[in-house]
Amino acid sequence: MKFALLWTDSCLLVVVALGVIFVGMGLRKSPMRRAFKRIISKPIAASSGIVLLFFLLIGVLDSIHTEEANKSSSVLDRIMAPVGDQYEKTYSAPIALDLFTTETMSKNGQVQQMHPRLKYPPPKMNSEALKWQFIEKALYQSLLLDGTVLLVLLLLFALYQKGVKKGARIRFSAAQISALGTLFLCLFFIFSSFAISRELHVLGTGKIGQDIFYYAVKSIRTGLIIGILTTLFMMPLALALGIAAGFFGGWVDDVIQYIYTTLSSIPGVLLITASVLSMQTYIANHPEQFTSLAQNADARLLALCLILGVTSWTSLCRLLRAESLKLREIDFVIAAKAMGTSNIKILYKHLLPNLMHIVVITLVLDFSFLVLAEAVLAYVGVGVSPMTISWGNMINAARLELAREPVVWWPMLAAFVFMFTLVLASNLFADVVRDAFDPRRAD
Amino acid sequence: MMRYIIKRVLYALPILMGINVLTFGLFFMVNSPDDMARMHLGQKHVKPTAIKHWKAQRGYDLPMFYNTHAKGTARITESLFFQKSVRLFAFDFGVSDAGRDIGSDIAQRMWPSLAIAVPVLIFGIIFNVLFAMLMAFFRSSYLDLSGVVLCIILMSISSMFYIIGGQYLFGKVLKLVPISGYNPGFDSLKFIALPVLVSIIGGLGAGSRWYRALVLEEINKDYVKTARAKGLSEVRILFHHVLKNAMLPILTGVVVIIPSLFMGSLVLESFFSVPGLGSYIIDAIGQQDFAIVRSMVFLGSILYIVGLILTDISYTLFDPRVRLK
Repeated sequence: MKFALLWTDSCLLVVVALGVIFVGMGLRKSPMRRAFKRIISKPIAASSGIVLLFFLLIGVLDSIHTEEANKSSSVLDRIMAPVGDQYEKTYSAPIALDLFTTETMSKNGQVQQMHPRLKYPPPKMNSEALKWQFIEKALYQSLLLDGTVLLVLLLLFALYQKGVKKGARIRFSAAQISALGTLFLCLFFIFSSFAISRELHVLGTGKIGQDIFYYAVKSIRTGLIIGILTTLFMMPLALALGIAAGFFGGWVDDVIQYIYTTLSSIPGVLLITASVLSMQTYIANHPEQFTSLAQNADARLLALCLILGVTSWTSLCRLLRAESLKLREIDFVIAAKAMGTSNIKILYKHLLPNLMHIVVITLVLDFSFLVLAEAVLAYVGVGVSPMTISWGNMINAARLELAREPVVWWPMLAAFVFMFTLVLASNLFADVVRDAFDPRRAD
Repeated sequence: MMRYIIKRVLYALPILMGINVLTFGLFFMVNSPDDMARMHLGQKHVKPTAIKHWKAQRGYDLPMFYNTHAKGTARITESLFFQKSVRLFAFDFGVSDAGRDIGSDIAQRMWPSLAIAVPVLIFGIIFNVLFAMLMAFFRSSYLDLSGVVLCIILMSISSMFYIIGGQYLFGKVLKLVPISGYNPGFDSLKFIALPVLVSIIGGLGAGSRWYRALVLEEINKDYVKTARAKGLSEVRILFHHVLKNAMLPILTGVVVIIPSLFMGSLVLESFFSVPGLGSYIIDAIGQQDFAIVRSMVFLGSILYIVGLILTDISYTLFDPRVRLK
């Protein structure tokens, strides 16, 4: 077994590590610590933060690819195995035992139309009653496990309050209760769906018989990569150009302003479309650089992030320029200049820390927008490669299924619900982060 | 005023040139016309003569910037850059890769786009403002809080869900309107009702949340306190005094997108099979027709820049305090 990280894997892991370091370093400074405390004292932020952490955990697990016997699979694949490799013939409803479509089969010598049995559920589970018995047991067990985890956590918390803080009474704040509740719910969903997925297709199967639950979970990584890596490509550009324009002024300012006005004048979707189309033609005409299909799809995903980053840095750049223009005239910068501090040091020590709140707010606000944009781009035909598992591709493939009679609703709904959960959590979190970091809203 | 407008238009020219060069670079420099021909004709088993023929038919066989075989000004004009990019400035969009005149296609397809985009804009503003005012009226109460949470939930739902869900509910289950399609004239009403409704609901979350913030910013100002001290009712203050002042940023924010209404909405139109400019772009992307995409990028940018200029002018019209220099 050896590691076989894709390009996007390494990028995502590096960004997550950098993020952890950034937060850790930032917490040593008191304004950051205050903002952080303000965030986690809000029940909504505590809950949505925990949901986001779970999504991030799944994304990171899915980004550690290892190779074994010439087959590359992620840690998540191994945890969820054998779900990912189990393909049925075609559609089957959630937790069904039989296929959704009928086939002409001979039974007891008679030819009749019937729903064939699925391959995945074990043969001994041969009646609806047995199936429900299994589900009941799975739910009960995961509830038990979940309760144990929560009890241990509560115990640790009580010990902490009694021992370290020397509190007379153990009490919970609203944020802590809400966080524990969310943790309980999240763990319950994870445990129970995992337990049921051992013997059944939790969310049914799609057109080519793929497990929808597996696809929806795998899509988390794609969504996170689009949301996070794009900002990775966008940030250096916006920071460097925005600060340069605001701080140096003159012709530098004019040139940078011209560049971002030009870029932002082109309607966003069209610019992305134009770039992606040229990129697709490039990949199609240079097949020798992309040896495997997975690499090809990965290159397209990375290129999409790059394109989204290059097309969306302008608004952040504009904000940073305006702010550095203001900071340039502020007393402590003028004082530093008068004492002969070098420009580099002023930029690093005085400007950058005072611009960070804008960067953080933009990052969290853009994240949900990018996750939603992926679905639209997939529909337009300029999104991630059709090989990549993503919510956009799932929705795009399931679009016509609602017109079937009877309706096939689960692939579509699964993609929407997963996407909605991630976007809602990040929107709620972003709202609180903005309040905590925005100096105008500080209470 | 006139001088200001002329100045702004002149400022816009270098930006348009930049866009022109950028799109030319994207479509002709990153991938040569040979690549495009191969994309259309298939990757393998394509003879060089077929590529040559494809290029000659569509006028892609010229040199990039400078034609050494021509004489006089034709050295410049007989080049890809001049033929395909510079002529866009005169709104001469040329012929699509499939052989249709892009200009007349645009003129024909912008009406269905407008038929959807204009009602969406007007009713969208009305509903957003009403919802925002309602939240502002009950500000810092549980009604307000649940309104904001509802907005965030509405924002978090993918626009595709609104479209697909709307089609399923109103088109398939309730059978109130046709699922998709378009007919010109009065008949179009039943076809545009659903797209308009769907896109108003889709925009309600983000729009009314933003407007609520604008209204709340006004509500703490001195003139509101004065009005309250005079004993005016809260409803009158909100709808008479605050709304007038809050409409200023709302309207100037809207002006910038008015010219772009011609472009229609990409996803909405193609889902509902409306033959507008949005679905025109989607079809072009599907057929890899770069000539159309290039023209639409340029058209979209022009309309956006016109929108920016109109925004600046509208500031003086709506707000007498602003003077343009």
